[in-house]
Amino acid sequence: MALEITTSAPDAALLDLPWHIPLAEWPDDLLAALPRGISRHVVRFVRLSGRVVAVKEIKADIARREYQLLRNLRRLELPCVEPYAVVAGRESATGEPLDACLITVHLPFSLPYRALFSQSLRKGTAIRLIDALAVLLVRLHLDGFWWGDVSLSNTLFRRDAGAFAAYLVDAETGELHAGLSRGQREHDLDIARVNIAGELMDLEAGGLLQEERDPIEVSERIVERYHALWEALTGPERVAAGERWRVDERIRRLNRLGFDVDELTMTTDIDGTTVTIAPKVVDSGHHSRRLLRLTGLDVRENQARRLLNDLDSYRAATDRGADDEELVAHDWVEQIYAPFVRSIPAPLRAKLEPAQLFHELLEHRWYLAERAQHDIPIGEAWADYLAKILPTKPDERAVVGTDTVEMPVLALPDA
Amino acid sequence: MATVKFDNSTRIYPGNDTPSVDKLNIDIADGEFLVLVGPSGSGKSTALRMLAGLEEVNGGKIWIGDRDVTDLSPKDRDVAMVFQNYALYPHMTVADNMGFALKIAGVDKGEIRKRVEDAAKILDLTAYLQRKPKALSGGQRQRVAMGRAIVRSPQVFLMDEPLSNLDAKLRVQTRTQIASLQRRLGVTTVYVTHDQVEAMTMGDRIALLNFGVLQQIATPREMYDRPANLFVAGFIGSPAMNLVAVPVTASGVKFGNHVLEIPRSELAGAGSQVIVGVRPEDVEVTSNNDGLEIIVDVVEELGADAYVYGTPSDPSITLEGAGDDALGKPFIARVDGRRVPAKGEKIYVYPNPDHIHVFNKETGERLG
Ligand SMILES: Nc1ncnc2c1ncn2[C@@H]1O[C@H](COP(=O)(O)OP(=O)(O)OP(=O)(O)O)[C@@H](O)[C@H]1O
Ligand SMILES: Nc1ncnc2c1ncn2[C@@H]1O[C@H](COP(=O)(O)OP(=O)(O)O)[C@@H](O)[C@H]1O
Ligand SMILES: [Mg+2]
Ligand SMILES: [Mg+2]
Repeated sequence: MALEITTSAPDAALLDLPWHIPLAEWPDDLLAALPRGISRHVVRFVRLSGRVVAVKEIKADIARREYQLLRNLRRLELPCVEPYAVVAGRESATGEPLDACLITVHLPFSLPYRALFSQSLRKGTAIRLIDALAVLLVRLHLDGFWWGDVSLSNTLFRRDAGAFAAYLVDAETGELHAGLSRGQREHDLDIARVNIAGELMDLEAGGLLQEERDPIEVSERIVERYHALWEALTGPERVAAGERWRVDERIRRLNRLGFDVDELTMTTDIDGTTVTIAPKVVDSGHHSRRLLRLTGLDVRENQARRLLNDLDSYRAATDRGADDEELVAHDWVEQIYAPFVRSIPAPLRAKLEPAQLFHELLEHRWYLAERAQHDIPIGEAWADYLAKILPTKPDERAVVGTDTVEMPVLALPDA
Repeated sequence: MATVKFDNSTRIYPGNDTPSVDKLNIDIADGEFLVLVGPSGSGKSTALRMLAGLEEVNGGKIWIGDRDVTDLSPKDRDVAMVFQNYALYPHMTVADNMGFALKIAGVDKGEIRKRVEDAAKILDLTAYLQRKPKALSGGQRQRVAMGRAIVRSPQVFLMDEPLSNLDAKLRVQTRTQIASLQRRLGVTTVYVTHDQVEAMTMGDRIALLNFGVLQQIATPREMYDRPANLFVAGFIGSPAMNLVAVPVTASGVKFGNHVLEIPRSELAGAGSQVIVGVRPEDVEVTSNNDGLEIIVDVVEELGADAYVYGTPSDPSITLEGAGDDALGKPFIARVDGRRVPAKGEKIYVYPNPDHIHVFNKETGERLG
């Protein structure tokens, strides 16, 4: 049988991979040793034309379905890994059929939760991961995606200033509808809660959880955070007719949460004394879109907030409050941000992304200033950071050497 | 002890015009293993979620035992929904892997221990309770996953395609394990699958859905032997039943040039044509110009017998089938493996009169 390759970006290098060998037996020199979440299928990271891809061995029909679903999620601009190809029709050298492979692009600087917990961590990391997952789940649900297997293992995390941003990595069980019913959303939440509790208990059993709270309590947070966010985003609100300013207030509140409002439905009650407002679904990434528009920089939401804050300080410090915002932004990039990025020593570039480094630099400057009880120039803070802090950070473009677990679902003979 | 009853249960999703589950009526006996089967989008998961309390019911009622649970929340229903995907946790013992969901539900430690031990006994895992999952074989891991559901000892198990992600071999193994386990536990179970083979091998009874409407509910045997309509006939059985439109004559119907005698009363009101259904194993094959003329396209040898795939010589005769499969659908006959026709050969086929299915061409309903 001939190999059957589905991809939107054909690359001849794909043909050179040893498709006739079961993925578990691929030679080490092809592989990139990156940490993964718990999985039942065999997953390997492979170097391909200068980047790293994730290869998952899985039945052909499921591979195709997952590939298609991921493509649709990307089209909806939802945060998930980028599907790259499906390779089906594999056969071993002796003609035995092999399962198909789904190939996705490795999400750079992403961290599986297990890798995060094996680094020495700030307290409250579990909580911040769950908050990020709640945002992801709300975004997926707003666009009608039922996940069916919400878990920390099926999510990738990237640092986003002081918080995390979450990305969907496993869409195997998902379904995309025009919208979801409350029951479908509750079902996902129920699955999320049980999976997260299990995953945290597992870390606890392995001595990896340095969390003060117990896993069950932490897992319940997904339900609370989700509901709070969902309510804030979609809940109708009654406003007295003379209080129209509350409408603007609502929009600003959503912006602060990082969401943009597409439109508002306003319905006036019969006697005209109150108005009910319900935001029409909203898109997240308010700050990151604003920064992109002003500067062309494409970074994550909280990083964007951080950069925008610095831009505001720059504007105040240079006394240009009356100038056009775009002009000031341009100068800020020229004078502050771009020189900073250029000054990152090449060997340290794999440590953290520039926007994340900038966030860390601002944190560091604040820390130094507090200790010295006076302002510290950015250049001085940077020199101190480069000398003392950055070298101690692990590489995060591709974190190596953490424990990775696979629980293959294979029909091994029963003992 | 729990029976389950869907009583005209209906669900219309917001924004849809048609119900996704339409006046569903099913009575499930205590301890029964009922399989909900149907093509993708037919409403199986919706029906299951309605029973779990996760989907609003827009019409009708749902009963568990003699309780009307239509408006009860999921946790007040004493049902356990088994996830599609069960992860095993590497640092936790087998016992903890089985019992942790009870811990979440707030069950006390002693009770958890007892339930885990009971489940381990049933699953033959007692010797492994203190080990880590890594030390287990694939089949044992699968049983640990089942243990997670069993320890919840609910009144009703709800399972939505729990095998869809397994490889073919483990799937067959696990299928039998789940079915025999369910029989030993005697817990009422509703099991969703799109795979008719799975449905046929596992269920005490099967309920077949299409577009949210119940097509038939019956034992696997009955469903196979007496499909209630064309949809059921085309869906159940692999390879599928041959369905051919034929003219009605004075004494029955004409299958090619072979007359099949069918009592007039059965064909009353059916019009000038009916659909005759014949399963591949019930096809009589001759070479002497008696029956429908078929040209052999492909022969699939299976040893003792073989499947012959062919096309009617008369291009005006097409084969009906469920959904999109109808286009270019071959006529399939099972023949003696020692006497297989050659590719390109002409053969004549007609149904064994004892195993013939006749359907109204307009309504699709079974006749007789
Ligand atoms: N594109 C990617 N970028 C980074 N990491 C990835 C990528 N694809 C997969 N991974 C890693 O591999 C792990 C396993 O992948 P995945 O969840 O798709 O496997 P699975 O066997 O389907 O899992 P499950 O058992 O949940 O069904 C993930 O947890 C993630 O850490
Ligand atoms: N949230 C939703 N909004 C609109 N239609 C939905 C939604 N969820 C499911 N449906 C529709 O309901 C029907 C039944 O779906 P489902 O119960 O998932 O079917 P099955 O489990 O048999 O594949 C399908 O037509 C599906 O598209
Ligand atoms: Mg996964
Ligand atoms: Mg379904």
